[in-house]
Amino acid sequence: MEDVLIIGGKRIANRLFIGTGKFSSYSIMRQVLEGARAEVATVALRRVDAGSKTDNIMDHIPAGCIVMPNTSGARNADEAVRIARLAKASGAGSWVKIEVIQDNRYLLPDNIETLKATEILAKEGFTVLPYMNPDLSVARRLVDAGAAAVMPLGSPIGSNMGLRTRELVSIMVREIKLPVIVDAGLGKPSDACQCMELGCAAVLVNTALAIAEDPVNMAKAFALAVSAGRLAYLSGIPAEAPGEANASSPLTGFLRKDS
Amino acid sequence: MSFYGTISAYKGRGQAQIFKNVPPELLRKALRADEVTDGQFASLLSQGAQGSLEEMAGRSRELTLRYFGRTVQLYTPLYLSNYCDNGCVYCGFNSANTLERKRLSVEEVEKEARLISSTGLKHILVLTGDSREKSPVSYIKSCVKALKKYFDSISIEIYALTEDEYAELAREGVDGLTIYQEVYDEDIYSSVHPAGPKRDYKFRLDAPERGAAAGFRNVSIGTLFGLGDWRREVFLMGLHARYLMDKFPGVDIGASIPRIRPNAGAFSPMVEVSDSDIVQTITALRIFLPRLSISVSTREDPGFRENILPIGVTRMSAGSTTCVGGHSIKADENGRAPQFEISDRRSVDEIRAMLEKKGYQPVFKDWMEI
Repeated sequence: MEDVLIIGGKRIANRLFIGTGKFSSYSIMRQVLEGARAEVATVALRRVDAGSKTDNIMDHIPAGCIVMPNTSGARNADEAVRIARLAKASGAGSWVKIEVIQDNRYLLPDNIETLKATEILAKEGFTVLPYMNPDLSVARRLVDAGAAAVMPLGSPIGSNMGLRTRELVSIMVREIKLPVIVDAGLGKPSDACQCMELGCAAVLVNTALAIAEDPVNMAKAFALAVSAGRLAYLSGIPAEAPGEANASSPLTGFLRKDS
Repeated sequence: MSFYGTISAYKGRGQAQIFKNVPPELLRKALRADEVTDGQFASLLSQGAQGSLEEMAGRSRELTLRYFGRTVQLYTPLYLSNYCDNGCVYCGFNSANTLERKRLSVEEVEKEARLISSTGLKHILVLTGDSREKSPVSYIKSCVKALKKYFDSISIEIYALTEDEYAELAREGVDGLTIYQEVYDEDIYSSVHPAGPKRDYKFRLDAPERGAAAGFRNVSIGTLFGLGDWRREVFLMGLHARYLMDKFPGVDIGASIPRIRPNAGAFSPMVEVSDSDIVQTITALRIFLPRLSISVSTREDPGFRENILPIGVTRMSAGSTTCVGGHSIKADENGRAPQFEISDRRSVDEIRAMLEKKGYQPVFKDWMEI
């Protein structure tokens, strides 16, 4: 059976989404997207210079790759909504990754403002993917608000600390019917693999690729890890052994005393 | 609340001792800590840390890559006016200096803007001398209105304003404020600012937080290297940045590290600050405040700018001139004096090529009015 992820009516085979900031050049960024065969890339609208005399990032996104503008720079729902509308008006499509951050030290998202922006934009017909702190009750409200997926963070943006929110994300995977996509903090391919083994629908990676010595090969490594984790998840990962075997059965041994 | 409380708290405390007798384990901890304390920050600035510069630079580079990636944001200064009521002894625009005074008309501002904009730059830093009479807020507003047609981000580096005035400019579309304390040491401040409105130390010290409260998205502070003891100055500037970050978590806080250059008044630095001292400053600031934007201007020469780039620099000026109207008029043609001499005269294209060669993406646009 073909394993595809469907978001906003689009069929996505590659579950590695890629962020486009922090690369040493647009050329390297393009090679990364091509090398990983990325189908979804997120771009900060504030960095897009449509009438650029130098270079426009959009010209370096491979054809066929879905561009998901993000609202980086927004500090509240109003600003996120304005950026999303500007993105749509500039022809960047109707996907949007909501990113509302009021905390420049840890870059942690504001779930309340994110929910407000999602409510407004989903009603306007956007395919909304909100970046969030992994909070189950907020995730449920995002589902009700019409989000197309939820994107909990693995650890703070750029921290490369991996999936520190494992338990919370795995609860979301069990409870939320929408795709759960881990966004931010994944530092190594094994982190991405772990997310996929848990049943996440996809992961979004940027810093770990952009600052690697060889970003293109690192992107390929992440893509392989994502595929491996997905395949493992679909294959039914056996439960871990429950520790040392105990022959004496101190709690239930009495049941066999009569024999 | 004001940062002045912290300044007072550190006043007169055996300052020299903080930076001299630093236990080596404090420095080792600072190099590994996730959260660097004020004491650890002092140890990074200490004389004892000079032997660990390479290790500090390694940590600083790692943190810079993680939070800013392989990118450097570019901007250029645009001088609107050199009329000034101050007597700052280190500055070429000092009111006592004899030089041609000039204020650009809005048409001239547009001419400058067109030229700068043709280089691809989208971030501009607007400067004026300190003269409320010659360059009032209303004049700056009309210039900003004209500049908005050409640029996505407009920052100001002008005389200290009230919060209401800053808010007025923020509403007009200004998103960034740069204002240097110049020197945190109050006695030296008083001696190098003998006349003019800038004599008011506290009004200037609180300007960055008035700006942050008024709604600017970026606020940059700085101490002018060459006036006070640099270790103590950087220590207080770092604490000031930290104070602003704590108070305004939504505002991007930055720092500049300008070293005094020769100018019309022929002022010589009061203290020597070596290249090694600047490197120690950048690395200590980065380790203390990993997300601090650090800007290096064309006051520094090309070779040194390139060498410190990978260590922790995140913003650079390019194609700079420090003369009023200098982008459209060659300064030497009309004898117009610069605020200070620049060392890196490379064009925007040359800086761009240098960054690309060094494996950095020159970022021309990183903001939009929302």
